Amino acid sequence: MPSFVIQEKCDGCKEQDRVSCVYICPNNLMALDKDSKKAVNQEVDQCWECYSCVKICPQHAVEVRAYADIVPMDGSVVPLRGSDSIVWTIKFRNGNVKKFKFPIRTTVEGSINPYAGKPEADISKLDSPGFFNMDSAYMPRISD
Amino acid sequence: MGSFGKPDIVEIETDILIIGGGMAACGCAYELMRWKPEDVTVRLVDKAAMERSGAVAQGLSAINTYLGENKPEDYVRMVSNDLMGVVRDDLIFDVGRHVDNSVQLFEEWGLPIWKQPGDEEKPLSEGGKPVNSGKWQIMINGESYKCIVAEAAKKALGMNNIQERIFIVKLLLDANDDTRIAGAVGFSTREDKIFVYKTNAILCVAGGAVNVFRPRSVGEGMGRTWYPVWNSGSTYAMVAQVGGELTMMENRFVPARFKDGYGPVGAWFLLFKARATNNKGEMYLERNRDMLKDYPPYGLAKVPATCLRNHLILKELREGRGPIFMRTDKALQALAASYEEEFGPDEAKKKIKHLEAEAWEDFLDMSIGQAGVWAGENIEPEKVPSELMPTEPYFLGSHSGCCGIWTTGPSDIAPPEWQWGDKPPKAGEDPEPGQKNYNRMTTVQGLFTAGDGVGASGHKFSSGSHAEGRIAAKSMLSWVLDHRDFTPTLSANTTELAEEIYAPVRIYEAHKDYSTNIDVNPYYITPRNLQARLQKIMDEYVAGVGTMYTTNVTLMEIAVRKIGELKKDSKKMMARDLHELMRAWENYHRIYAGEAHLRHMLFRKETRYPGFYYNMDYNYVDEVNWKCFVNSKIDPVTGEWSVFKRAHKDLVSKS
Ligand SMILES: Cc1cc2nc3c(=O)[nH]c(=O)nc-3n(C[C@H](O)[C@H](O)[C@H](O)COP(=O)(O)OP(=O)(O)OC[C@H]3O[C@@H](n4cnc5c(N)ncnc54)[C@H](O)[C@@H]3O)c2cc1C
Repeated sequence: MPSFVIQEKCDGCKEQDRVSCVYICPNNLMALDKDSKKAVNQEVDQCWECYSCVKICPQHAVEVRAYADIVPMDGSVVPLRGSDSIVWTIKFRNGNVKKFKFPIRTTVEGSINPYAGKPEADISKLDSPGFFNMDSAYMPRISD
Repeated sequence: MGSFGKPDIVEIETDILIIGGGMAACGCAYELMRWKPEDVTVRLVDKAAMERSGAVAQGLSAINTYLGENKPEDYVRMVSNDLMGVVRDDLIFDVGRHVDNSVQLFEEWGLPIWKQPGDEEKPLSEGGKPVNSGKWQIMINGESYKCIVAEAAKKALGMNNIQERIFIVKLLLDANDDTRIAGAVGFSTREDKIFVYKTNAILCVAGGAVNVFRPRSVGEGMGRTWYPVWNSGSTYAMVAQVGGELTMMENRFVPARFKDGYGPVGAWFLLFKARATNNKGEMYLERNRDMLKDYPPYGLAKVPATCLRNHLILKELREGRGPIFMRTDKALQALAASYEEEFGPDEAKKKIKHLEAEAWEDFLDMSIGQAGVWAGENIEPEKVPSELMPTEPYFLGSHSGCCGIWTTGPSDIAPPEWQWGDKPPKAGEDPEPGQKNYNRMTTVQGLFTAGDGVGASGHKFSSGSHAEGRIAAKSMLSWVLDHRDFTPTLSANTTELAEEIYAPVRIYEAHKDYSTNIDVNPYYITPRNLQARLQKIMDEYVAGVGTMYTTNVTLMEIAVRKIGELKKDSKKMMARDLHELMRAWENYHRIYAGEAHLRHMLFRKETRYPGFYYNMDYNYVDEVNWKCFVNSKIDPVTGEWSVFKRAHKDLVSKS
């Protein structure tokens, strides 16, 4: 079920500091075409349909079309990812539509302060079990 | 500035190098940065963007390892039974006693975790009760799981210590000690640059291996593998090539999943209480239950080992009673009826709507393609059942499999033979006693692993992989602090290394004008064709889907020869751009992962995992002779494999 880019909508992220889909694809599939300055999935049969490119595209120019070799045509699964939730629209081949909304995170993106309020590590415990934020005195041993 | 074919060579010195940016790598980064003194330097390299790299890229709908009130001993017993008894209790116990702390951090960072009614506002760390879908699994709204975990890791590390889009090709041993790691080399997939790292310690956590076997879908759907298509066995191959001992590489995972989209089944079985039947509506598990008696004790447990459940499915398919249906329709209808009875029609309607959303979320959070299959096939799960199918085989050490690398265990639990430091054991021998132990170190000094990398300890999943990365972080730091006087010396010079990496580009440039079709040229082989050749060998000779997972010694001996020829030809892979250069090296890694699997299977004269594969010359479990680890090692100089046994030991009672 490879992703594809809608010509009319893709602006090559020219206003952004990076091309979003090219930045995100875990399999390095999205590339910017030198001539058209639009994104293209360069190796569709290696697409895991993880939707990372679809979710990140600021123009909503990337969609997914089910694998031509497996799935009957005309269905679609389209996400709209906001800051705290995602809405999915599923269109069936027979025209039925289902919509679902799920939370995605409870904090603001970019707001994580990884060690705020956490204890310092006690370097004398480096070779003991337990993490810096755990009390290694209470680490269980095998008891049966 | 480099140009294609003329890359710049950049040398980087760092005390610690983390290879990979997935769950284990993120855990390592987080823990390490809290412990390490200012002057210890760290660098993380990932072939992708950490925000969406590795197996959790598209999200997950459950955290599969959360102990809560369960005892780590019970966790060890569950894992051991599921993996047919041959696992390392010390490693599993160690994950079990650490893992919940990572899950609590995920929640704190912003991952929504489902809670029991009344506990919605109460975090896990304060005793909030999660919604379990099984004894060890808890439900999450996990679309952004990886984004959240990566954000914390990136903040902890600092972006100037991270390089994305670097594919690591190989590890480098020290010129003065061929059991000591000294560096790694890789290339950018975005600019013409080669990176040579000189380092004191490495955490190699590049995930499992996918697409070694021919997948069931070979057209456009080839990318819809179950495990992530981009993890190509780099962890196993790179460690093996520098002489790191592998363990249990004969283990594979063949999940039975929804057909074609490979959507998860766990929530359907555990949360919605769905049943799976053959074409006659009979429950295959009941019909074939007697077959489990052939495999005591693993088949007799309350939850029989996963491979044995596959074994029962395969009987149905072989005898023509396929397909196996997941009766989603019956399950949802039954739940609806019970709601109506309990809550009345109005309330029941709401509850059913909620249930339907949960069922779809299970796919949309981690296997979106399955939703696409259902949409295209007009499958509404409350109305019709769906087909299940066992997939092509995968190699992994963190999910429901246990292949990987042989490492040390925790100093306070592991027996002496599983502890070492400066003097790692030689093949088949025990380590010298009395050395300082460094947890999760391979048999190469200074080289550590975690997650999918650590063998003989499956069922860590996302949370356990994160926790194991944190465990490794501490011992790696300890290693570096104890070896501050070490200066890495590389045996090859950087220009030679660069030429080796760019060989596929050179081959392409030298021969590209010979034929008029870029894909057909007697002087080279495209990475795509090489991959297809590997997959054909593995599928037809090494028990892939084509033979219903069966093989025998003769077939495997032929495969050894064919893989040998393939390895020679792999030197003739071509690459016309940086993207294809990455494909070439991925396939090189896949060959090694596949070869390790094959050699281990050939060595083990029994069928330890019926349902995952059958060696028809020895189609039984032999507890007397083969309840042991099978380990292997490549001589880094000659490239010769040796395969040998190591004794198994129960540390936790199994009855
Ligand atoms: C379909 C599916 C369902 C799952 N379901 C669940 C679930 O419900 N619950 C649960 O808890 N877990 C689940 N898991 C398991 C979980 O995702 C893994 O256990 C975990 O991600 C393993 O962590 P890791 O760090 O070892 O590997 P990964 O997270 O895969 O990370 C590997 C990293 O290495 C990088 N890399 C690979 N090769 C190279 C190279 N040569 N050079 C540089 N970088 C490289 C990758 O880009 C990536 O960053 C699921 C996984 C999948 C795929």
